[in-house]
Amino acid sequence: MTAVGAPGRRSSGAVQAVKLAVLLAFVLLFLIPVYVLVVTSFKPLDEADPSSAWSLPSHWSTSGWGAAWDTLKPGLENSVKIAVSGSLISAVLGSLNGYVLSKWRFPGADVVFTLFLFGMFIPYQAVMIPLAGLLTDMELSGTIRGLVLAHVVYGIPICTLIFRNYYVTIPDELIEASRVDGAGMLRTYWSVVLPVSAPAFAVTLIWQFTSMWNDFLFAVFLGAPDSWPVTVMLNNTAGSGAVAVQYNQQMASALLASLPTLLVYLLLGRFFMRGLMAGALKG
Amino acid sequence: MTASEEGLKAADPGRRGASEEHRPSFLRRARRWLPGLLLVSPSIVAIGLFVYGLLFWNTRVALSGKHDEVSEYGFDKGRNFVDLWDQPSWPGAVKHALLFTAVFVVGALVLGAFLAFLMDKGIRAEAGFRVVYLFPMAVSFIASGVVWRWLMNPAPPQRAVGFNQLFDKLHLGFLSNSWWQNPDWGMAAMALPAIWQMSGYVMALYLAGFRSVPEDLREAARVDGASEWKVYRYVVFPQLRPVTLSALIILGHISLKVFDLIMAIAGKQIITYVPAIATYVEIFDRHDPANGATIATYMLVAVAVLVIPYLVWSVRSERTR
Repeated sequence: MTAVGAPGRRSSGAVQAVKLAVLLAFVLLFLIPVYVLVVTSFKPLDEADPSSAWSLPSHWSTSGWGAAWDTLKPGLENSVKIAVSGSLISAVLGSLNGYVLSKWRFPGADVVFTLFLFGMFIPYQAVMIPLAGLLTDMELSGTIRGLVLAHVVYGIPICTLIFRNYYVTIPDELIEASRVDGAGMLRTYWSVVLPVSAPAFAVTLIWQFTSMWNDFLFAVFLGAPDSWPVTVMLNNTAGSGAVAVQYNQQMASALLASLPTLLVYLLLGRFFMRGLMAGALKG
Repeated sequence: MTASEEGLKAADPGRRGASEEHRPSFLRRARRWLPGLLLVSPSIVAIGLFVYGLLFWNTRVALSGKHDEVSEYGFDKGRNFVDLWDQPSWPGAVKHALLFTAVFVVGALVLGAFLAFLMDKGIRAEAGFRVVYLFPMAVSFIASGVVWRWLMNPAPPQRAVGFNQLFDKLHLGFLSNSWWQNPDWGMAAMALPAIWQMSGYVMALYLAGFRSVPEDLREAARVDGASEWKVYRYVVFPQLRPVTLSALIILGHISLKVFDLIMAIAGKQIITYVPAIATYVEIFDRHDPANGATIATYMLVAVAVLVIPYLVWSVRSERTR
């Protein structure tokens, strides 16, 4: 931003050219996996062989995509159910928590907040055994609802953090004025805070949707064949050794499983970025 | 309360009056914060149970002798934490995790900072570059693992595929190697996809950091005759220490927990065994909850040592701001 405003500080043409070349080289490196995925996914089965994966298809075929869709469909449906409902609940909880922790603080709020934040960093392996037992006791084991519950609970820290950091920027005077007018906590939330919350909701929804869609650990520890999301199904289709791998289908499956989050990122990248920054606390 | 204090209080009716007046004001204050506490309480209960309760329960399993699914929990004085080191696969798992962490954290940090440095002063099509460097973060390792497993295939030269084949075509055959299947250095190769996925994130952090250094500060150094490199060396980089710390903590804790990436590329193999995989193997394949919980507890301790000081510092420095 500064550079655009102050062209005089831009480095000389030669330096710019070198920088541009290096950055372009890294773009090519970063896109190598995408190239192989896309090219192979559009090859007919007899051409989709690892030994020729760098070359373009002689004719473009969608047979791999069709097969991928048929195999992954139940997983895609489960992923949609989990990620949509889970991220909605997460956002509502995060919003209420963030509101209280920034504007309606109670004694010990800092301690509670710090304890929440630590929950963001724990290795989930360290809760897996008892969590599996607890979900069994609650008769949620292997269900979609069980997976949603796990995602929502362990998403509380990051969602609370995003909303709290956002609400801190609302002037306290606004809240005070609403209080003086006799509005209570919920009333103030509804009429003052919620109307300006859209960006924080966008960040949280995108962030939670992405992490729930891409989750593998919870799904593989707590899920069952009926509730497996697309990540588990994709991992299971990836070469069991007994059958020859159909590379075009496998690569199409990987792309298919990534399309929703990639689209969200490309269309709403700004909010995705803010979620990233929130994860860094002080970034 | 000591006797003299008691006496003082009794002898001073005015004081008692004050404390009685104090009480309703405390209630009034409570009325201000109690609704907030009530609103957050479902989350407090959930975190208390699902994070701290289950961590406690996991530690209990780790301290028990429950090495199969039927026996009682009991208590075996922490023997698991010692015995684990006698298991042939465990020291290797720790070594793998450390090598992976070192290569991944340093690699992602250096590459991310380098890319941000190149883009710091603005460059043509900057937005486009950022989109490309960041997109891997939106993709799951399970999906990208499909292609990385193939890219890092170590097949011999005559049947070479993936990178090895590409090197061959570019007459860079000497670069061909066995990637993650190398027993000593394989975990360094395994860090490549992780660097691919996370260096864009580091770039974004550093880019925000670079741009938060006031232009006046840089200008002042230039006026003092500092070269552009010295401006970075003495003005910009020192300001970026908090960014580096944040990035280190985030990369470090991700690295210690790495699971999806390895499952997607290698599956459960001894050559890429790490604690996160070991937990899964102990619980599901060997049906040994006590060992699984012990490994998970070691992981928790490793993360806690890294994260707790950072969190305390972070929340505290924010409060004083």
